[in-house]
Amino acid sequence: MKIPYYPGCTLNTVAKQFDTSARESASSVGFEMKELAQWNCCGATFPLTPDNVIGLTAPAKVLSNASKEGDTLTTLCAVCYNVLKRTNKVIRDNREKRNVINGFIEEEYDGSVNILHYLEVLRDKVGFDKVKASVKRPLKGIKAATYYGCMLLRPFEDIGIDKAERPTIFEDLLAALGAEPVEFANKIECCGAHLAMNNEEVVTTLSGKVMTSAVGAGAELIVTTCPLCQFNLEKSQPKVAEAGSGYSPVPVIYFTQALGLALGQDIATLGFEKNSSDIMPLLKKKGIA
Amino acid sequence: MPRIGVFVCQCGNNIAATVDTKKVAEEMGKLPGVVYTCDYKFMCSSPGQEMLKQAIKENKLDGLIVSACSPHMHEKTFRKAAEAAGLNPYQCEITNIREQCSWVHHDKTKAAGTVKSIDLTRMTIQRLKKNQPLNKIKIPVKKKAVVIGGGIAGIQAALDIAEGGREVILVEKEPSIGGNMARLSETFPTMDCSQCILTPKMVEAELNERITLYTYSEVEKVDGYIGNFTVTVRRKAKYVDEERCTGCGECIEKCPFKVESAFELGLSKRKVIYTPFPQSVPNVPVIDAPNCTKIQKDKCGACAIVCGPKCIDFKMEDKLETVEAGAIVVATGYQNMPNERFGEYGYGRIKDVISGMQFERLASSSGPTGGEIRRPSDGKVPQSVVFIQCVGSRDEKKGVSYCSKICCMYTAKHTKLYSHKVHGGQSYVFYMDIRSGGKRYEEFVRGAIEHDGAMYLRGRVSRVYEKDGKIMVQGADTLSGSQVEIEADMVVLATAVVSRDGADTLAQRLGIGYDKYKFYNEYHPKLKPVETVTAGIYLAGTCMGPMDIPESVAQGSAAASKVLALFSADEMAREPITSVVNRTTCNACWDCLTACPYTAIEREAIKDRQGNVVRWVAKVNDGVCQGCGVCVAACRSKSIDLKGYTDEQVFAAINAF
Repeated sequence: MKIPYYPGCTLNTVAKQFDTSARESASSVGFEMKELAQWNCCGATFPLTPDNVIGLTAPAKVLSNASKEGDTLTTLCAVCYNVLKRTNKVIRDNREKRNVINGFIEEEYDGSVNILHYLEVLRDKVGFDKVKASVKRPLKGIKAATYYGCMLLRPFEDIGIDKAERPTIFEDLLAALGAEPVEFANKIECCGAHLAMNNEEVVTTLSGKVMTSAVGAGAELIVTTCPLCQFNLEKSQPKVAEAGSGYSPVPVIYFTQALGLALGQDIATLGFEKNSSDIMPLLKKKGIA
Repeated sequence: MPRIGVFVCQCGNNIAATVDTKKVAEEMGKLPGVVYTCDYKFMCSSPGQEMLKQAIKENKLDGLIVSACSPHMHEKTFRKAAEAAGLNPYQCEITNIREQCSWVHHDKTKAAGTVKSIDLTRMTIQRLKKNQPLNKIKIPVKKKAVVIGGGIAGIQAALDIAEGGREVILVEKEPSIGGNMARLSETFPTMDCSQCILTPKMVEAELNERITLYTYSEVEKVDGYIGNFTVTVRRKAKYVDEERCTGCGECIEKCPFKVESAFELGLSKRKVIYTPFPQSVPNVPVIDAPNCTKIQKDKCGACAIVCGPKCIDFKMEDKLETVEAGAIVVATGYQNMPNERFGEYGYGRIKDVISGMQFERLASSSGPTGGEIRRPSDGKVPQSVVFIQCVGSRDEKKGVSYCSKICCMYTAKHTKLYSHKVHGGQSYVFYMDIRSGGKRYEEFVRGAIEHDGAMYLRGRVSRVYEKDGKIMVQGADTLSGSQVEIEADMVVLATAVVSRDGADTLAQRLGIGYDKYKFYNEYHPKLKPVETVTAGIYLAGTCMGPMDIPESVAQGSAAASKVLALFSADEMAREPITSVVNRTTCNACWDCLTACPYTAIEREAIKDRQGNVVRWVAKVNDGVCQGCGVCVAACRSKSIDLKGYTDEQVFAAINAF
């Protein structure tokens, strides 16, 4: 099974380990991610005003390219996924905007591509049962916090990957990998997102709440689906610990790294060295590495 | 040659300002068949009517036209006057020269209005020439009513109909009547105990000799029409002989199995043979067959062993009973929206997040905690409780767009009950707006805030989660413009009032309308609030939309008065504007049958002298037909005509234009 794949800018640069671990893992559960021959930035934010059509042209171009390579498109970055999926819905359902966009990008795209997050591919195309059966290095005994962030789930009518307020898809995957998902309050709250650029304090507060609530619920590991969440969490963690509320840092990794680990990939290929938090002590403690 | 009279009304200046009524009358007088014309200031006034009657007699008129306002206003008035003068009332026709003529023309020279009035009146004259005298349809009325739903609205309707001397069958789905009101603790704004005011009415319904209770029963089918309904009721097997059961309760005590109680909303368990609550009416237990080991696996049977009068029968089966009734009152009530829909509030995941109705049970002296406010998880008395209003109400995105109307009041009541029962406890209420319209309602809410110390916070809650054994409620206080986080021991959700599951199926069986939320539609929201489009079927209570107890009771009584008015005569007269089938040309394609929205069309067999069926034709049931004319349009062989609006009449009018 070959699925066209849109990496997005971040996965090509600072989140390279997200990309490589996903590709490696895909092959172990029987599919191949075929990177689009041509792609550009997704635009990074879905326009906040309904009449802003120009903001949709970049993702429309990506979608139009994807339609030439197949009827599905998978992606990993939660932001790219959010922007692509919502843009696709606009193109599919709104004829007026579709005509404007197509006129602008000089394509005839109708919104027919099915956008799947990598998690959806695992759940709906591969099946968590098969993932479970393919596990060679179960993450046994690791209490993992599944941090969804906000972009993966909302707005529910447009995204619909899972119930917006009470999702389980991420926990189901981690459970299939042998880990013990912990229930924590802030698993679908915002990390502070782009405020990292101009108001770091907000990010430290919000990401801090996410991590303290996760660790407070017993998590030994935080797993993410979004490069920006990963960045904000990792960056805030030392500050939160320094603030002296008794918080002690835990490793933060991408879910594909957890997946690769469980599927028995060579640990050296999973890019843990690129993460700023070190997972190795935890793996050694649990007897996994 | 017909003898027609034309009466043109000036309606003060309403018509006369833009129509030269004198000229209209003059012009009409020139038409063949018109023997009398006049114009007058107010035809509908008493002198106007007298003039009309006199003209009929003096000129021996056999038909008349009143060119005046819309027939909706005074058609009845003038037809009555014509009838009083000895004419068939349907020989009186109205031309509307006001609403769509004089009122829409501003030409003070009266040119346009006059020409148009002349045209319209001329059309009616030609139409009238083709009129046939019609007679009111007389329908025999069976003087027995079926009330569907044994909540407070249904009980009230049944009691009032019985009081009026008529028989009532009260059909209730559950093993006991009482409905949602039986679950409530105290009622706003008087704080009298719900059970204390409800149970006397329940008992009264049981003891009233004119009321027959069909509990544990559901309406399966409804045939017939006003005055003559045939209602098929499924009387579900109770496995207990109602006649012989003494209600001693021995069987309930000895039953070894327990399941979650639906009446207590999961807050406690009940036996498999049970009555929903201690004051159940009738006080006859039923066996919950899917959970009974005797019925499922032929093991146990303890209840039958201890039963003194030996009234338990495990082989009992559902029975279908048909009831002949003249009128039906639908009072099927409401339910609450499932709380699980709101993942952010944690209902179902966090044990101490409960619904408003569950709080009612906790506060009720007959509830699982005996009226003490104890939280479900560990039975501790909560020291702080957060109430969240508008859970699903006024929330088009996740719930319903309407206001559930009762939640502001019952939440205020909950805070009062809580402060009375838990001294020193603090309650918080998150609200959007406080809607307390009603007699002594606003004072009640103010009382909750000012005397009973409820902390009202205007804003929504974004998330409810657990932290160190506390329930954290995160929300906004929009009046201070800040975010708040409250540590609570218990959270109560005021969930939206929605229609019952299956409300649409029942509506289809009854042939009544419902809105997109499956609440039943009244005939007219202001002037016919308890009638439906189907004659003889009336509505009461929350099956129509959210309302409180006083309103439900008022509607129960209103529906009863409608039923009693219908039952006041042996026969009911109906307008004869119904469809009629030409049996010689009908080719039995049954298009009319599928088109008819009132199921008024039946199949009729035409037999020869030996009684063999020669052929089939359509037949219109005059009792059901509403005269909408859909079948006329659907009939391909042009075999159906609408009395009073026949093709001949309509074409005559068009040709006269």
